[in-house]
Amino acid sequence: MITRADFDIITQWVPPKSRVLDLGCGDGSLIRYLTDEKQVRGYGIENDDQSLLKCIGNRVSVIQTNLEAGMKEIADHSFDVVILSQTLQAIKHTEAVVADMLRVGREAIVTFPNFGYWKHRLQIGLAGKMPVSDDLPYQWYDTPNVHLFTINDFESFCRNRGYRINNRRVLAGNGEATFLPNLTGTLALYKISAQ
Amino acid sequence: MLRDYDLAFETYGTLNADKSNAVLVCHALNASHHVAAVYEDQPDEHGWWDNMVGSGKPVDTDRFFVIGVNNLGSCFGSTGPTTMNPETGKRWGADFPLVTVEDWVDSQARLLDQLGVTTLAAVIGGSLGGMQAMSWAIRYPQRIRHALVIAAAPNLSAQNIAFNEVARQAIMSDSAFHNGAFADYNTVPKDGLTVARMIGHITYISDDQMESKFGRGLREGLKFSFAPEFQIESYLRYQGEKFSEYYDANTYLRVTKALDYFDPARQFEGDLSRAFAGITARMLVISFTTDWRFSPARSREIVKALLDADRDVTYAEVNAPHGHDAFLLDDRQYHAIVRGYLRGISTGAAT
Repeated sequence: MITRADFDIITQWVPPKSRVLDLGCGDGSLIRYLTDEKQVRGYGIENDDQSLLKCIGNRVSVIQTNLEAGMKEIADHSFDVVILSQTLQAIKHTEAVVADMLRVGREAIVTFPNFGYWKHRLQIGLAGKMPVSDDLPYQWYDTPNVHLFTINDFESFCRNRGYRINNRRVLAGNGEATFLPNLTGTLALYKISAQ
Repeated sequence: MLRDYDLAFETYGTLNADKSNAVLVCHALNASHHVAAVYEDQPDEHGWWDNMVGSGKPVDTDRFFVIGVNNLGSCFGSTGPTTMNPETGKRWGADFPLVTVEDWVDSQARLLDQLGVTTLAAVIGGSLGGMQAMSWAIRYPQRIRHALVIAAAPNLSAQNIAFNEVARQAIMSDSAFHNGAFADYNTVPKDGLTVARMIGHITYISDDQMESKFGRGLREGLKFSFAPEFQIESYLRYQGEKFSEYYDANTYLRVTKALDYFDPARQFEGDLSRAFAGITARMLVISFTTDWRFSPARSREIVKALLDADRDVTYAEVNAPHGHDAFLLDDRQYHAIVRGYLRGISTGAAT
């Protein structure tokens, strides 16, 4: 699901040689990329057996645990950057997880599919159906996503919690959505920190 | 004190030109240097980790030079209670000193000196062997590149020590024990060793596994006697008696003590992450979900301390039904983890 475009942006945002934690790291390819490009000291958290084997195959240090329970065992401010890539929408305790990311890390990078993308709006508004797209490829009955939200939703969430948005990029297809991003963007990337 | 000692060891595979492919396998309570394969004259005596170590196996002897050592104080060829004390001309027996995990690791390091192996690609061990791998990473950071710590714990819990103490009391209260000098009386505390092994065996298997393997199954119906009636009873007796025929009672007492004493955090006011501060090896920690002897929670303590110390660690929690014994068994995910991890280890110019 991760496109090279969001790899590249995350890579720009991560300081060289920093200590990075990737939550729900899948096959570990992002950490591998960050290690090769930025010489980070990276760890992944991943619960799935097959993904764990792929991480090990990619020589990525990975901790097999449930994401939410696993983070609780990590000391305050022990990472420079904590990444949650295209997973926030599939997590039950959204508020707690973002708070924990900013407890463990000095900064957090969150990426998510933008539910406010115009094609999604059309599918709901005109067809009267839950949207299915490249970034939201599931049917309503088999989706792992439990919290669908838009760019505007996320920004008001950060405002309400007092989180500072240090960086934002919105992608549309292969390019960048600069015009009306909440309408034209498919994938949003944020770098945030506690105030 | 020991003036000198012998260590029995076996090697598999070939040490490469730059001596970068050596792997040390540390054994647990009752195993030996005979890790893999069979002897020509004993075609049925497979090494204790034959499913893990060998040509094309997860610890691949086509790539690695694997070393198995019988620990100091054990009873399979290394100097121990069953060998001769040159000063008295008698077996060491009860006079053999208590040895610690650290003593084992230091003596293994001296063996490597003799073999001309300066640096190990990896140290691998399960259970008490995992504690040795951990101790290697702490004591010889410059000599080890990877440590695989499997089904281990950072120290023994009160419950673990309690089981060990019951096992020791079973041996020491056997009238044939003679304060450890049983060899002088041409006898062995067979009954005590049998019970000790039965107790140990209970802790190696998960409740579920015992239930599915034996349940309340009977051998020949109820007889209302104290002869073994339930299958689990005859199984434990069989395992215990088999063990008592080949294992030395004084060795058992000492090995369980070494387990009880192991606690690398002790000299750091219980702070394990400080004990790990000097580690440079990459660590792979593996636990098994149904292991209640050294549970996943104990392995997670190791992982947390390594993370807190900013050390490199990978942790796998294998969903296996077998309890502590799982580390010796052929589980697909477990073996895939070890295989995949070792594939990622470079062995110098040769690869």
